[in-house]
Amino acid sequence: MSLDKSAVRSIAELARIEVPEEELDHLAGELSNILTFVEQLAEVNTDGVPPMTSVAAMALPMREDRVTDGGYPDGILANAPGAVVLRDSPQAPAQGGFFTVPKVVE
Amino acid sequence: MAYTLQGETGDWEVVIGLEVHAQVTSSAKLFSGAATEFGADPNTQVSFVDAGMPGMLPVINRYCVEQAVRTGLGLAAQINMTSVFARKNYFYADLPQGYQISQYELPIVGNGTLIIDMPDGTSKHIGIERLHLEQDAGKSLHDQHPSKSYIDLNRSGVALMEIVSKPDLRSPEEAGLYIAKLRSILRYLGTCDGNMQEGSLRCDANVSVRPKGSTELRTRCEIKNVNSIRFVQQAIEYEARRHIEVYEQGGTIDQETRLFDSGKGVTRSMRSKEHAHDYRYFPDPDLLPLVLDPAMVETIKAGLPELPDAKKERFIRDYGLSAYDAGVLVAERASADFFESVAKGRDSKLAANWVMGDFFGALNATGRTIEDPPVTAANLGMLVDLIKDGTLSGRLAKDVFALMLETGKDPATLIEEKGLKQVTDTGAIEAAIDAVMAANPDKVAEIKAGKDKLMGWFVGQVMKATQGKANPAMLNELLAKKIKG
Amino acid sequence: MTELANLTIAEACDRLAKGEFTAVELTRAHVARMESLRGLNAFITETPDRALDEAKASDARRAKGEAGSLEGIPLGIKDLFCTEGVPTTAASHILDGFRPPYESTVTANLKKAGAIGLGKLNLDEFAMGSANITSYYGPVENPWKRRSDPATKLVPGGSSGGSAAAVAARMVMGATGTDTGGSIRQPASFCGIVGIKPTYGRCSRWGIIAFASSLDQAGPMARTVKDCALMLGAMAGHDPKDSTSAPMPVQDFAKALSGDIRGLKVGIPKEYRPAGLAEEVAAIWDKGVEWLKAAGAQPVEISLPYTKYALPTYYIVAPAECSSNLARYDGVRFGLRVEGKTLDEMYKKTRAAGFGTEVRRRILIGTYVLSAGYYDAYYAKAQKVRRLIADDFNRAFETVDVILTPTAPTPAFAIGEKSDDPVTMWLNDVFTIPTSLAGLPGLSLPAGLSSDGLPLGLQLIGRPFDEETVFRVAGVMEDAAGFTARPEGI
Repeated sequence: MSLDKSAVRSIAELARIEVPEEELDHLAGELSNILTFVEQLAEVNTDGVPPMTSVAAMALPMREDRVTDGGYPDGILANAPGAVVLRDSPQAPAQGGFFTVPKVVE
Repeated sequence: MAYTLQGETGDWEVVIGLEVHAQVTSSAKLFSGAATEFGADPNTQVSFVDAGMPGMLPVINRYCVEQAVRTGLGLAAQINMTSVFARKNYFYADLPQGYQISQYELPIVGNGTLIIDMPDGTSKHIGIERLHLEQDAGKSLHDQHPSKSYIDLNRSGVALMEIVSKPDLRSPEEAGLYIAKLRSILRYLGTCDGNMQEGSLRCDANVSVRPKGSTELRTRCEIKNVNSIRFVQQAIEYEARRHIEVYEQGGTIDQETRLFDSGKGVTRSMRSKEHAHDYRYFPDPDLLPLVLDPAMVETIKAGLPELPDAKKERFIRDYGLSAYDAGVLVAERASADFFESVAKGRDSKLAANWVMGDFFGALNATGRTIEDPPVTAANLGMLVDLIKDGTLSGRLAKDVFALMLETGKDPATLIEEKGLKQVTDTGAIEAAIDAVMAANPDKVAEIKAGKDKLMGWFVGQVMKATQGKANPAMLNELLAKKIKG
Repeated sequence: MTELANLTIAEACDRLAKGEFTAVELTRAHVARMESLRGLNAFITETPDRALDEAKASDARRAKGEAGSLEGIPLGIKDLFCTEGVPTTAASHILDGFRPPYESTVTANLKKAGAIGLGKLNLDEFAMGSANITSYYGPVENPWKRRSDPATKLVPGGSSGGSAAAVAARMVMGATGTDTGGSIRQPASFCGIVGIKPTYGRCSRWGIIAFASSLDQAGPMARTVKDCALMLGAMAGHDPKDSTSAPMPVQDFAKALSGDIRGLKVGIPKEYRPAGLAEEVAAIWDKGVEWLKAAGAQPVEISLPYTKYALPTYYIVAPAECSSNLARYDGVRFGLRVEGKTLDEMYKKTRAAGFGTEVRRRILIGTYVLSAGYYDAYYAKAQKVRRLIADDFNRAFETVDVILTPTAPTPAFAIGEKSDDPVTMWLNDVFTIPTSLAGLPGLSLPAGLSSDGLPLGLQLIGRPFDEETVFRVAGVMEDAAGFTARPEGI
């Protein structure tokens, strides 16, 4: 599969990574090479072979329905750029707060 | 009567499929141990898993799985003993992981059916395509800051069941009945509280139209996140008319996601979703296939309650109720249970009338709920008994009921206290009639001349004189005898 | 104090127990080496003060008779493990300033065993690379040099390059690594140390920054087989917070080193001798077979026919998972944010500035192979071939107990070499990737030196959860190899 510039542009859009226009050609070539490399799988006959989603030969473990986590807005917001933290005084633990992003218009 | 919309070029039919998102009534989230309670301070019910922090991993809540199975069984649906969680990849401010863990190719529940009862007494089977488990996203608040949106992740990771109908619905009315019935079943099963205001039950509607008589499926639009039955119906009607207008002007409909503006009653394209969607679903490598234990499914099946359809049928059969009355009573499990406590061993039609009439009226008037009723089922049952054995006339019973509401006392005590027992003594009633006749000779003459309407007036006067205690049947009989006799 | 840094973990445990020196002394010796060898760029974050505090606490625990299995042993932690309060970068710009408010299960287990953390070790960005040259914090230098050309800086391998270099240079007694397609074994081979990627599910992935979830597995890197056995014993164990963590008992791996491998059948896969395999790599492999024969084991030629498809399979599965796993780095909740006028603009600018070239490349490939219309041809196909590769091993293990292969096709190469074409670079992992796809334990141990004086490793592959046999065979080979060479000047 050979990707062209516009295909790379739309993949980058889907992945939300800005790619400068002047890099698109080079990237298209590089990604096309990689796709050509992986396409050798086409020669393998996989008729009737079930896909392998995990190597772990076990059933999905389940937990009980108990509240065991949460209640630490300080920890949740500590690393967030531009977070708005609600607290009574600068020393007090957070009572809650928000992450912030550029305004989204619905 | 089939629902049709008249256009310039002819009649149109609307085709509707609904996706209902029902929040599972669990204490903790689907993949984390954070709480799910409504209304907490922002970001206080969030674990590192729900915030999509680096290195965090999901572990599934067994109860949510059981509730999905329970709901599937309640919808007479196929339970898939192996299902797979998949990631639905997209970027959004309130989607912390950059993907939603959902189910795609192999949902936990497959084909099922839901029966809706039409007002004309017919019923219609609506296909259920699937039910799958998925996590909810967080909430974006757009009105807190002039240039920023605020993000609260309390809802992030809450367990949802997405219940997808087949495109079998043909009118806003059917859509409304479908949601109401689904809500009723979920509440019977206890798997979702059905609270649409708090967002525990939300609906996306897929709407398309086609010329009447055609069987094609045209391009549909998805109206997202409508939170009341009335709004769903309004949104469908608006959207259907919009499609017809576009088609009749020679245009085409683009498949898109739209938003219902309940203030203006219109739908509009969602700008934030204008990117071409490519969710790149793939099995979540952090989770293994969900394999159900057949014994667990059997246990859940054995513990299923009687559901609305079966209960309705039984009420019609065992209590002799009309389909309509039975339908009203079984809509909520609590009203059905209340009715049964009142009706058991008594005149069931009389009981139904009292429950649906005065009792439901009292619920509305007092703002109380059936779980915390202003009159207990036992007391209402006693009232029915007192009417049935002739102790109370219908009129007196209404007075006693009002007193029961006011005091919370049982009817027998109230009758005793207030001396409200019905007068069935012929002599006393005759005396009262004689007094009224003596005082109104002109009116007696008019009746005799054929003015039968005045009989009602006489009954009223006698009742007044006996403070309503005269047995109405006896009064009517004696009065007719005396005046016309 | 340099001789303290030359001890193995087993020796140090022994002598700490006898009171010959304290954890504080042992830690100081390693802090000194960490500081004097900064030029290798093995650490991203050094935590000497914290380490000394932990050492004091360790000595106190020992005095109370509460010593753990790794009590007082200074270790390095690959900077892919989240460590509470200590910056965790994944060697990426996008995690700028991130201090996790939580501790990964594996590092918490090591702490519980009494180990001391000297700091966070360099790696390829998000563990994507085979030479430790994709780190935002610069490349790591291999302490080993070519005899013929000692001035050229060589790569330590990757992605756990900082871990391998620090262990080889005696800056730490052992280090944690993670392995997705060879990231523990290949750098171990390049740096002349031992490293094991245990069975998938053996070590919890909770708190380890994810690259490709179905492949990622943590493991120890140290200078001897026994040290790795001791470390793995402390790191491993069932963790209910990781749904793919195996509810299996953790054996006493060090006890498995009985030295007796008589009658054991060792598979020698013929597909691991491709045309163009470096002659000295082939030679050391042959030597390994001879050692095993001499110890009473029986070499058996086996066939793993789908081997050649492992690399293309991996380069679909791993990027696909990575494209999704790395979606959370969006500038909203942690790490780097580059402001934008709209939400999408912020995402795109943040991710463009935050991810390096290799990571970006893999995200784009992964996004593509999962996208509508291509999923079946790429991702679904790769998952089917993955099963065929795993079945190759299942069949082989019906007749053999363990498999012996080279770890990497070449010894360490120069920084800057092989970096023009990503596919050439990926060929480094050709012998390690099949094991990762099958989820099997794989151990690399140093078997000898190349003609130019660089270490060459051999890989032992075991049955699922049979790390004991792998360790047992590795112990015998370690004795036979008698690998005592050290990097020049170390």
